[in-house]
Amino acid sequence: MPQKVAPQALGQKAATLAAGLPPLLSDARHLADTVMLGDHGRRRAGQGDAFWQFRPAQPGDPAHRIDWRRSARSDQAYIRDREWQAAQTITLWVDPALSMRYGSDANGPSKSTRATVIALAAAMLFLRAGERVGFLGSARAPLCAEATLPDRLTDLLAAPEVPKDLRPRGRAIFLTDGLGDPNLLDAALSQAASRKVHGALLQILDPAEQDFPFAGRSLFQDMGAVLEMETQEAADLRAPYLKRLAARKDALAAMCRRRAWAYHCHDTSAPPSHALLWLYHALEARR
Amino acid sequence: MGALASFGFLSPWILVALITLPVLWWLLRAVPPAPIRRVFPAMTLLLGLKEDRPEAQRSPWWLILLRLLAVAALIIGFAGPVLNPQERAAQKGPLVVFIDSFWPAAANWQARVDAVDQVLLEAQQQGRMAVVVRSHLSEIAPFSAAGLWREKLAAMQPAAWDAPYDTPAFMSLPKGEFLWLSDGIARDGRAEILNSRSNKGTVTILEPNSAIYGLPPAQMTNGEITLTVQRAHAGPAKTLLIQGMGRDPAGQLRPLVQADAIFAAGADQAEITLSLPPELRHRISWFELPDAKSAGGVTLVGEALTRRRVALIGAQKNETLALLSPDHFLRAALEPSAEIIEALQIDDVLRASPHVIILPDVPKLAEPDQRALAKWVANGGLLLRFAGPRLAAAQASRGGQGAQGGFAREDVLLPVRLRAGGRVVGGAMSWGSPQTLAPFAANSPFYGLDIPSDVTVARQVLAEPDPDLAARTLAELADGTPLVTRKLLGGGQVILVHVGANAEWSSLVLSGLFVEMLKRLMTSSAGGAGQATNGEVIVAEGGRSDRPPVWQLTRKLSADGRLVAQDPVRPIDNHALQQAVQTRASAAVPPGVYQDETRQAVVNALAMGDHLKSAQWPATIVPEWGQTDRLRDLSGPVLSLGLTLLLIDVVATLWITGNLARRKAAQTSGMIVALALVMPLILPSMGNAQEQPSAEVDVIAAAAEVTLAHVLTGDAALDALAQAGLQGLSDALFIRTSVEPALPVGVDLERDPLAVYPILYWPISSAQAQPSSAAYDRLSRYLAAGGLILFDTRDAGVGGDGPEARKLRALAGPLGLPPLDPVPEDHVVTRAFYLLDAFPGRHVGPVWAEAAPPGAEAQEGVPFRVLNDGVTPVMIGGNDWAGAWAVRPDGAPLLPVGRGRAGDRQREMALRFGINLVMHVLTGNYKSDQVHIPALLQRLGQ
Repeated sequence: MPQKVAPQALGQKAATLAAGLPPLLSDARHLADTVMLGDHGRRRAGQGDAFWQFRPAQPGDPAHRIDWRRSARSDQAYIRDREWQAAQTITLWVDPALSMRYGSDANGPSKSTRATVIALAAAMLFLRAGERVGFLGSARAPLCAEATLPDRLTDLLAAPEVPKDLRPRGRAIFLTDGLGDPNLLDAALSQAASRKVHGALLQILDPAEQDFPFAGRSLFQDMGAVLEMETQEAADLRAPYLKRLAARKDALAAMCRRRAWAYHCHDTSAPPSHALLWLYHALEARR
Repeated sequence: MGALASFGFLSPWILVALITLPVLWWLLRAVPPAPIRRVFPAMTLLLGLKEDRPEAQRSPWWLILLRLLAVAALIIGFAGPVLNPQERAAQKGPLVVFIDSFWPAAANWQARVDAVDQVLLEAQQQGRMAVVVRSHLSEIAPFSAAGLWREKLAAMQPAAWDAPYDTPAFMSLPKGEFLWLSDGIARDGRAEILNSRSNKGTVTILEPNSAIYGLPPAQMTNGEITLTVQRAHAGPAKTLLIQGMGRDPAGQLRPLVQADAIFAAGADQAEITLSLPPELRHRISWFELPDAKSAGGVTLVGEALTRRRVALIGAQKNETLALLSPDHFLRAALEPSAEIIEALQIDDVLRASPHVIILPDVPKLAEPDQRALAKWVANGGLLLRFAGPRLAAAQASRGGQGAQGGFAREDVLLPVRLRAGGRVVGGAMSWGSPQTLAPFAANSPFYGLDIPSDVTVARQVLAEPDPDLAARTLAELADGTPLVTRKLLGGGQVILVHVGANAEWSSLVLSGLFVEMLKRLMTSSAGGAGQATNGEVIVAEGGRSDRPPVWQLTRKLSADGRLVAQDPVRPIDNHALQQAVQTRASAAVPPGVYQDETRQAVVNALAMGDHLKSAQWPATIVPEWGQTDRLRDLSGPVLSLGLTLLLIDVVATLWITGNLARRKAAQTSGMIVALALVMPLILPSMGNAQEQPSAEVDVIAAAAEVTLAHVLTGDAALDALAQAGLQGLSDALFIRTSVEPALPVGVDLERDPLAVYPILYWPISSAQAQPSSAAYDRLSRYLAAGGLILFDTRDAGVGGDGPEARKLRALAGPLGLPPLDPVPEDHVVTRAFYLLDAFPGRHVGPVWAEAAPPGAEAQEGVPFRVLNDGVTPVMIGGNDWAGAWAVRPDGAPLLPVGRGRAGDRQREMALRFGINLVMHVLTGNYKSDQVHIPALLQRLGQ
C-alpha cells in the first residue's frame, strides 16, 4: 500500500538511506573484485580502442583516419580500423518495497542491503566490461565509468515500485523478494519483453521467510505494521506457508521463462558472490 | 502440631488476604499469556492460513502456582510470623530491665543486648510499658512503650569503668516485673537492690556464665614487670595470653611481648613476671588480654616504664683519668634506666627536651644560659646539680662579694645560698671524722631507702642558714647539715647534692644508695613523689606548684578495650584525677590517657588491689541464661522468599512468551533481576561509592601530556573565560611551538591533585571562597616542586586596594611566597621564546615575579644578569591574560582587545607572553644558560 509521504520527509529519508550506501559500495567493490573478467570485443570493425584491421582508403574516408605509417609502405593509402566495441545499457532495479528491509538476524544483512550490494557489484563488473549501467527511475544518463559510480548512488533510491519504462533493447536486472503482487511483476516483465529487453530476475529471500521457524502464540505484522494476523500456534502454519512460498517461486520462474528471462532465488544467508556470478553469466550468455 | 504451635503472627488479621488466592488462581487461568509480536514481511503468503488448534493457550499450571506462592509468601510475610511466641508466662504491668553495664559486661554485650531485645519484643507483643536502666547511669527514664526501647537499645554501650551501684537511685525503681541482666561480678549494693524488689514484682536474673578476666596495673620491681591476671569464677586450669602492645622502632603499633598466664585449677588469679630489656620495656604502652578484650582486660602503662632523657652538661672527654671525671659515676648509675644526652652547650641540651638536666660541678653559667635554664625548670624540668671543688671555689669568690653587701644573693639555679668554701671533715688537716647520713625523713623522696653504714662524707658545701632551709632539705647528714636540698621553681625543681658526683668528697657515689637516690629523683621529675596505688607516678607534685596543671583526657579506653582518641579532649578536675589515679577509674574520670602540657598520666579500670569476685545471689534466686527458646522474627526471610519468587516469575514469564530470546527484553529483565540481587549488597556501601573520586582519570590524562590548568574560582563565567583563554593559549602553543598541550582543565584546589600541571592560571574573583588549609598545604608542595601560579587580578594592576587586590592578598597570603619584584627587563621570561619587553593581556600593567637574589650582577659583555636558578613560583599581574587569549570554539577571539591594528598587536603580544611563560615553566632557566652559546660555538668551530 503506497503511503503518501511529504517530499521533504522523503528527501530526509533518502539522505538517511543514502548514508548507508557508501559502505555498501565498498562491500560491492570487494564483491566485484572476486569476479575477474576479460574485456570483450565485438569481433568487427567499429568504434573502439583496439586495432582491428587496415583497409584501403576509399573516397569519402576522412583524411585524418589514414594511417600514414602503414600507407607509406605502399602506394595505397590505408585506413586503420578499430574493433567495434558496442556498449549495451544494463538497467538495474532494486525493489524499494518495505518488505525488502527485513532481516531476521540483527547482525546479518537485510534483503535490501544484500540486493543493493549485489546490484552495485554487478554494476561495477559491467562497467569494467565496458557496458553502460543505468538505474531504473533515474533521470540521468547511464553511467560509463566505474569512477562515477559513487556519485550516482542516490539513483538507487529513485527506484519505482514497479519496473517500467525500460530502455528498449537493453538489458535489465531486477532484484526483488517477489512478495508483492505477482501480477504487477508479470505485467512489468511482459512490458519489458515487448521492448526487447532481456535480463535476469533475482529473488532475494530471508532465511526466516524460507523456513518459517516460528512457534507459539504469535501476532504477525508486516513491515509497515499495516497487516496483522494473530495465531495461537505458529508452528501449525509452517507447512501451508512453505507450500504457498514454493508456489510463488514457481510462478516467478514460470513468468521469467515465458519472456526468456533468467530466474534465480538467493538466500541472504548464502554468500552474495554466488548470486553475482550467476547474474553475470545469465546476462553474458544471452548477449 | 507441636511444631506449628511454636509459630505465631504479630498481625494475624492480615492473613485474611489469603482468601483472595483462589480468585487470583481463576484470574490467572482465564488470562492467557500475551502473544509475541513478530515482524514478518511475507504476510501476503500468510494471510488466511489456519492453525490446527484454534483454542486459546493457557498459562502453564506451574507458572500460576509460582505466582500464587509468591503472593502467599508476601501476605504471610506482612502478617509478621514469629517463632516461639509467648514462651514466658504472660506478664501484666510494666517491665523494668536493669542491665549491669560496667566493663565486665562488655565482653558479651551483644548477647546481652539481644537478650534484652528479646524480652522487649515479647513485651511489645503484649503491649506492655517498659523501662531500661543501665547501672552506670543513675537517672531513670520514665516508662514508655517497649518498642521505643527496642530502638534505643541498639545505641546503648557499656561503660569502661566499674563502680558500686548507685543504691539509693536503683532501690527506688518503680514497681513491675524486674529483669536483671547481671554481669556476675560482686559489687556493693547488689544485695540491697535485690531486697528492694521483694514486694515490687517478680524478679528474674539473667546472668551469662562466661568467664570474666581482669588485668590490674602492672607493677615494676627491680626492673621486672609483674602482672596479675584475675578471673571472676575460679574454674578449671586455663592458659590466657597476655600481650604488651607498643610501637616498634618503625612506629608500628604491634604486640611487643607475649606471655601466657596460667591459671591453676581453682585459682582465681595468675601471676606472671616479665623481665624485659629497658629499651623494650620503655616502648610498651599497655598490656592486654587479647582473648578477653574489655576495659578491665587492658592496663595502660604510663611514663613509669618509659625511658627518661637525662642531659649531662659539661661532660668533657679529655679528662686524664676517667674515674676522676665528675660524671663517670652518674653515667654508670643512669645508663641502665635512662637515655643520656651529652652536650657542652645549654641550648643544645634544651633542644633535646630532656626530662632531667644534670650539672656535675659546673660553677657558673653564662647569663643567657641561666635564663634559658631557669625557664626550662619553671616549665616543669628537673635540674640536678652536684657540688665539687669548682662550685665551692666559685662560691668562695661570690661569698666574698656577698659579705660586703651584707647578704649573698640567692642564685636562681641553686636551691639554697651556699657558704663560701665548703667544709672538710675528717681529713688530714681537720678535726672530726667523716660524717654519715641521717635516716631519711618521711616526707623525703628517699624515704625508705636503706643507708649503708659505710657511706661517709668527707667534704661538702654548706648552706647558709635560712628560714626555709629545713623545708628545702631532702636529706641531711648525721650532724644535721643538708646533703640534698631542693627548691621548687615554677612547675619544676632545682636539686643540689652538696657533695661531688665523684668519689673525691664522699663515698656516697660508690654505694648502691646513690643509684637508688638518683632513680627516685628521676621519677620525681614526672611529678610524683612515690608510687600511687594505680601503679603510676603522677600528679602528687602538681597541687603544690603555683599554677595548678590542667589535665585533659586525650585518649580514652572504650569498654571493649580499645584505646580511642577522645575528641574533643576533655578537661578533668585535678582532684578527681588524683583520686582516680590513687584508686580506679570512675564516671568522672574514665579510664584512658590524661595529659597536661608536659606530663602524662594513665587511669585504669582496675586498681592495683582490686579483686574480681563473682556475685553471690540468695539461694532462692537462680540466675538463668539461654534456656528459653528464642523468639525469632521470620517476616524478613518470608518476605524475601516472596520477592525471590516474583523475580523468578519475571524470568519465567519472559521465557514463556519467548521474549527472553529477544536481546533487549532479556537485557532489561536480566538487569531487573541482577539489580534486585545486588541491591542489598550495594545499599550499605552506597555512601562510599559516591565518594569515589572521579579525578583519577583526568590526572592520568593530564600527566600524559602537557596540560594547562586554571583554578576553579566558583564564578562560572570567569571559569569559562579562563578555560577559553587557556584553550587559545594551547592552540597558539600547538601552532607555533613544539609544545602540544592537551585540552586545558579547571582544577578544584580542594580535591584535584596539582602535581601534574606545570602551570596554574588563577584568576582572582572576589567571590572565591578561601581554600582550606589542606589545599594550601598542597599548593605549597606544588610550588616547592617547581610549579608556577599565574595570579591575574584582571584590574590592569591599577586596583591598588580594589576588591581583587585585597582578595589576592587574602588568597596568596598563606602560600608563604618569596619576595617579589616587578619583572626586570633581563628576566628569562622576556626571552624564553619570543623577545618581549612587556607582558600585556587585555590591559597593560606591571607584572611581578620572584625577586632576583640581592647579589646578582651582570657579567662583562653579557646584557643580562645571571638570575634565579629555577622557575619563579608565581607571576602576579592584573592584565586579564585569559581575556586576551580566549577563543571561541571556532578559533575566533572571544573578547575585544584594544582598538584596530594596535589591538591585534596587543593580542599577539599577550599570546607571546603566554608562550614565553609556558616555555619558561617547561625549560626553566635554559635561555639564561645561552650566555654560554658564543663560547660553545667558538669551541665547536675549532
